[in-house]
Amino acid sequence: MAWVTWRQHRLTLAGIAALIGAAGLYLLITGLQMRGAYSSVAACQPANSPLCQRAAGEFLDAYAPGAGWFLGLMQVIPALIGAFAGAPLLARELETGTFRYAWTQGFGRARWAVAKLVPLAVAVTVSTGAFSALIAWYLQPIFSAGDDKGPLDPTVFDMVGLALAAWTLVAFAIGVLAGFLIRRVIPAVFATLAVWSALAVVTGFFLRGHYAAPLVTTSPSNPAQAWVLSQGWFHGGAPASLDMINNTLARVDVRAVTPELFQPGPATPANLGDPVNYLIQHGYTQLTTYQPVGRFWPFQLVEGGWLLALSVLLIATAVWLVSRRAA
Amino acid sequence: MSVIESSGLGKRYGHNWALRGCTLAIPRRHVVALVGPNGAGKTTLLNLTVGLAAATEGIVTVLDGQSAGSPTALDGIAFVAQDTPLYKNLSGADMLHMSRNLNRRFDDTYARTRLRELDIPLERKAGAMSGGQQAQLALTLALARHPELLVLDEPMAMLDPLARHDFMATVMTAIADSGVSVLLSSHVLAELERVADYLVLLSDGSVQVSGEVDELLACHRVLTGPSANAGVYARQLNVVSARSGEAQAHLLVRTDGVNAPVPYGWEAHPVSLEELTLAYMRDPAAAALPGPQRAAVAQPVVARH
Repeated sequence: MAWVTWRQHRLTLAGIAALIGAAGLYLLITGLQMRGAYSSVAACQPANSPLCQRAAGEFLDAYAPGAGWFLGLMQVIPALIGAFAGAPLLARELETGTFRYAWTQGFGRARWAVAKLVPLAVAVTVSTGAFSALIAWYLQPIFSAGDDKGPLDPTVFDMVGLALAAWTLVAFAIGVLAGFLIRRVIPAVFATLAVWSALAVVTGFFLRGHYAAPLVTTSPSNPAQAWVLSQGWFHGGAPASLDMINNTLARVDVRAVTPELFQPGPATPANLGDPVNYLIQHGYTQLTTYQPVGRFWPFQLVEGGWLLALSVLLIATAVWLVSRRAA
Repeated sequence: MSVIESSGLGKRYGHNWALRGCTLAIPRRHVVALVGPNGAGKTTLLNLTVGLAAATEGIVTVLDGQSAGSPTALDGIAFVAQDTPLYKNLSGADMLHMSRNLNRRFDDTYARTRLRELDIPLERKAGAMSGGQQAQLALTLALARHPELLVLDEPMAMLDPLARHDFMATVMTAIADSGVSVLLSSHVLAELERVADYLVLLSDGSVQVSGEVDELLACHRVLTGPSANAGVYARQLNVVSARSGEAQAHLLVRTDGVNAPVPYGWEAHPVSLEELTLAYMRDPAAAALPGPQRAAVAQPVVARH
């Protein structure tokens, strides 16, 4: 049966392979170039000397923006696979009427559904899992060179570790179920894109930050590669408004555009230094809520785990509905 | 030993009953013609039989009491749906492979021999086959499962006369070889006359006529006589339908059997299955249904709504 599933869906699978293959080739070529450039940064001794810091900075200036763009583009991979591989699977059967053949065969519908869905689910999960390992390899020099963004950063987190494979699997499962419920390919494709995007946004903005209680620091410099959830000024135990900060800074003719962005004026003393330190000296506290970079793998396990559970639930529901529900 | 049994079977789509109060007991080893006007519920009844639809009320069992759509029921039933849906991008060989993987029993040799006899190339994609070839491929896939019951929904609707003939020839060969029971719905009454020995006529979602073709034909007559006194006799006899011209009237009547009296001045003719079916379809109020102990008596009971 797996062979027939392959014959039937080889165009879809070839499309996924082409997409991931092209992106992978790009990663391989630019990744090797990047490693060539990084070898001189890595060889620089002592590593914390100004010269070496500058070399690392230049390396990041050259490669980090490209990596950022690439990761941004790759965010659509799970949605594309869910919409174009997952959604048509059952919707096309219902749309073209072939379910009347498939659902009346001797082994029954449940077996047919499992034989169709499970190999494809495994295929998309394994291929995107391998692809995310390549992305992690590609990003490694950028993290080693001390980029501000750590692997917990929202644009990075769901492209590496278990997350890309899990997000793709859940997109596929959403597509399968949407296709069954909507029974038409095109509406199911759009429904899949909408539902998956909503789930990804809700997870990124509201769920992921709470997998473990965030840490809080009053240190003016952010912990290295941490995922900063929120940052704010406090004075006397209460949040300080922008007006309060500006009142304090007016004495040295600095204007706070935002609580983090300061603009010196003509009367600003040359020896003022960082306005952040000036505020701290004048009774302000900067509270930073963050997730430390060390929580990357625990977070990957949590997110991968619940997405996998959700995917299994969605696919099992689809199989159950196929075997139970009258067409 | 019934191939399909239903009791009070009903299926509602939204507010409309596609089928209601359908009670049937069809014995094995028949070729059952399921006829009726469009929207009478033929496809609904077939879908309920193969488990593609779930009953809103009542029950339907197949192959001696197995619940329709259950794996054991599906194992013994092969279904060829309307317009013979096949995967257009798969070849004949792929379709064989798939059917073999989805069934406990699948006679690959039979299927290959049959397709070779029909000159259907195995490597051709189903979507590239003619309508007749697609229908034959779907039928071959169904028959290679050696089902106890073969269900065909409008199998000939899209076929030209030659393809129809070939299709029915395949069905008849299978019946002769394996004694499979067949339930087929069709509009093509003339085709059914040749093959069917059991008739189920649906009208407006309920069973109007049900019985063996020989018995139905034996107890129906066409009486031809002067129009002038047609009305008188019509009151005395069980008239299913009446057509009156200027001079002559044709009455299709139910009789008690061979020695039913023929009124003076009238002639009695035997009726064909097609005439009988058309007459009942014209008058949905008339019904010919078997009584509770129908198996014992070759005598349908007359019911009027």
